[in-house]
Amino acid sequence: MTVDVLSFARAIAAGEVRVIDLTQTLSQDFPTIVLAPELGQCAPFRMEEVSRYDERGPAWYWNNISLGEHTGTHFDAPIHWISGKDLPNNAVDTIDVAKFIAPAVVIDCSKECAADPDFALTIAFVEQWEARHGKIEPGHWVLLRTDWSKQGFTDYANLRDDGAHTPGPEPAVVKWFVEQRDVHGFGTETIGTDFGQGHHFNPPFPAHFYMHGKGRFGLQCLSNLDLLPPKGAVIVAAPLKIKQGSGSPLRVLALLSGPKT
Amino acid sequence: MTEPLIRPKRKNPLQRTRRPLSPQAVRSRTAHGLTAAAAEGRFALQVCEDCKTVIYPPRDCCPSCFSARLPFRDVARGGVLIAETTVQTSTDPYFRERTPWRVGTVKLDVGPVIVAHLHGDAQEGRRVRLDLKLDKSGSAVAMALPEKDTPNMADDPHLREMTCDPKFRRVLITDGRTAVGQALAKAFANAGASIIFVGIADSWKPFSGLEALRRIERVEIVPLDVTDTESVTEQAEQNGARIDIVVNTAEHVRSGGVVDRHGLTVTREEMDVRYLGLARLAQAFGPILRARGADGVNSAAAFVNLLSVHALMNWPIYGSYSAAEAACLSAAQCMRAELRPGGVKVMNVFFGPLETEWFQTVPPPKVAPAALAGAVVRGLQQGLEDVFVGDVAEDIRQRLAVNPKALEREIAS
Repeated sequence: MTVDVLSFARAIAAGEVRVIDLTQTLSQDFPTIVLAPELGQCAPFRMEEVSRYDERGPAWYWNNISLGEHTGTHFDAPIHWISGKDLPNNAVDTIDVAKFIAPAVVIDCSKECAADPDFALTIAFVEQWEARHGKIEPGHWVLLRTDWSKQGFTDYANLRDDGAHTPGPEPAVVKWFVEQRDVHGFGTETIGTDFGQGHHFNPPFPAHFYMHGKGRFGLQCLSNLDLLPPKGAVIVAAPLKIKQGSGSPLRVLALLSGPKT
Repeated sequence: MTEPLIRPKRKNPLQRTRRPLSPQAVRSRTAHGLTAAAAEGRFALQVCEDCKTVIYPPRDCCPSCFSARLPFRDVARGGVLIAETTVQTSTDPYFRERTPWRVGTVKLDVGPVIVAHLHGDAQEGRRVRLDLKLDKSGSAVAMALPEKDTPNMADDPHLREMTCDPKFRRVLITDGRTAVGQALAKAFANAGASIIFVGIADSWKPFSGLEALRRIERVEIVPLDVTDTESVTEQAEQNGARIDIVVNTAEHVRSGGVVDRHGLTVTREEMDVRYLGLARLAQAFGPILRARGADGVNSAAAFVNLLSVHALMNWPIYGSYSAAEAACLSAAQCMRAELRPGGVKVMNVFFGPLETEWFQTVPPPKVAPAALAGAVVRGLQQGLEDVFVGDVAEDIRQRLAVNPKALEREIAS
C-alpha cells in the first residue's frame, strides 16, 4: 500500500492530525545537568545579540548562541555512552534519519512521582501498565510521564547534599525494555534519562548504559507528556547534524490522530 | 569635630542628577610618582640619592645639588599646618560647586612645605598628617588630616570627595556563592552600607552559605549570573541607578597550565566567568556609574576588581587561571580611563592564594576571605586604586619591581 504523504500534510493543515510541542524553551536559566565541579561541565544556553536594527546591523536582528550538546530538551545518541562507543552509525550525523520518526508509548507515573521524587520505575510497574494498555510493541519510544516539567527549577533539579532526587528507571527495567520489548529509545521530562541517584545503581546510569549499549536513543527535558495518550502518538525528534555529535538540542513534536478535543 | 554624616534623604525624582565634574588633572610625568603612591595609600616624595634632600613639588633635578637621581621614597607624613585660607569662590566649575573649600600650607618634618587640602579637623598651628589622595580626576593631591583620628573623621565632606567610603552607599556583590562574596557582605554591613545587593546565579542550585547571607542586615539577594548577558543587563536595568559600588566577586579557580590542560572547556569557562563576565558588568553598570559620580552623599563611587596577584606574573601551576586574571587586569586599566570622567574609581585588589576550596593543596601563607573583605572595605574607605593583600601578593609586587625576569623564572620552579 502506498502512503499518500500529501494527504497526511493536508490532515495536519486541517487539524485532523494534531501536533504537540514536547520541547522546553531554550533559555539561559533552564537547569543543566550538574556534575562534580572538578569534572567537565555541560555549557548552559547563552545568547549574545549580534544586532537589533541598530548600528551593528541596521535592518536585522540576530543572535549568536552557545550551548552544550546536552542542554535543554535534547537527544542522546549511542556514542554518548561508553557502552555505545563502538557501534556503527552511533552519532547524530550518521544515525539513519528514518529513526527520527517513531511511535511512542507514554507510561504515566506522575502520581507516584508527586508522592516520591525518588520513584524508580520497575518491571512490575510496566507489566501492570501493559495489563491495562497492552504490550509495548517493538520500535516504540518509551516516554516516562512524571509531570516533572511542571515543577519550578529548584524542585525540577531537586539537588540536595547527596545529589539529585528525581525519578527514573531501575537497571532491570531498562535492560528489559531493550531485550524484551526492543524499544526505540527512552524519554523523560527530567534533566537526564536516568534516576537522579542513578550513579548508585549497578551499572551506574542504567538508562544510558543499556539503551546506548544497544544502539537505542534518549530524549530528555521533554514537556507536555500529559497531553499524550498511553499509545498512539508518533514522535518527530531529529537532532542537528553535528559531526560526530553525541547528542543535540532539538525540537520534539508529537503527532496525534483526531481533531483537538 | 566632624559632623556625623546623616543618611541621605531619598532622591527627588523630579530633580536633575548633576553631571560629574573633575578638578584639574594634568600632572607631569615625574609627578605621577605621587599618583603611584596615592593609588596604594603610601606617602612618598622624591628623595635625592646624592644629598638626601626631600623634594616637593616633583622635579627632574635636585634644587640643592643638581642631581638627577630623584626616586620616590616613602617618607614620614607628620608636619605642622602653618597657614590656612578658605576659598569662597572659584572659576573652576568643580570647585565652584564645592566652596567654601579650605586649603593650607603644611611644613613637613622631613623638610618641604606643601599646599594641601584640609580636613575639617585640621587646625592652623597644630600638627597634622599628610595623606596623598586621588581626587575625582584620579590625580594625586595632598590632604592634611588631624594628627590623631577624630570622631566621624571619615564623614568630612572634602575627605569623602577623595574616598569611596561604603557608609550610606549601596553595594552590589556580584557572586554571593563564594566565600569572599559572603565575607564581603558582612564587611559592608559593618561598614554602614545602606543596601548590599548580593547576586546569586542559578538559584535552583543550593549552597550552604545562603541562610547566613540572608541573616546579614541590609542584604538583598538578587538574581545575577555574570556569564549571562541577559541576566547582567536585567540586574543593571532594575537596580543600576541605585548601586554606588560594584564588587565583582565572580571567580573561577582551577589548577592547570596552558600546555598542561586537556581541552579548552575549562579555559573557556575561566574566560567567560572572569574576562567576559567583567566586560558584561562593565557595559551594563559602567555607564550608569559614570553618570552618577556626583549624585550626592551616595554618589556612584567605585568598581572593585578582585584579582589574583598572578595577573601580574603567571603562576604556571595555575597558569590558565593566571592568564584570565591578567585579561581582567588589562580590562580594569581600560575601565579606569573610561570611568574617570565620572569620578568613579576602579580599585584592583590583588591577593595570593586564598584559604578556600580550590587552593586546598597550596601551602600557606594564604589569604582568609574575611581578610580580603576587610582589605576591600579599607581600600574603599581610603580611596585607593591598588591594594595588595597578604604576604604572597606583597612579595610578588616587590620582586616584580626589582627584577621581573628573575620572578618569572623563580615562580615556575
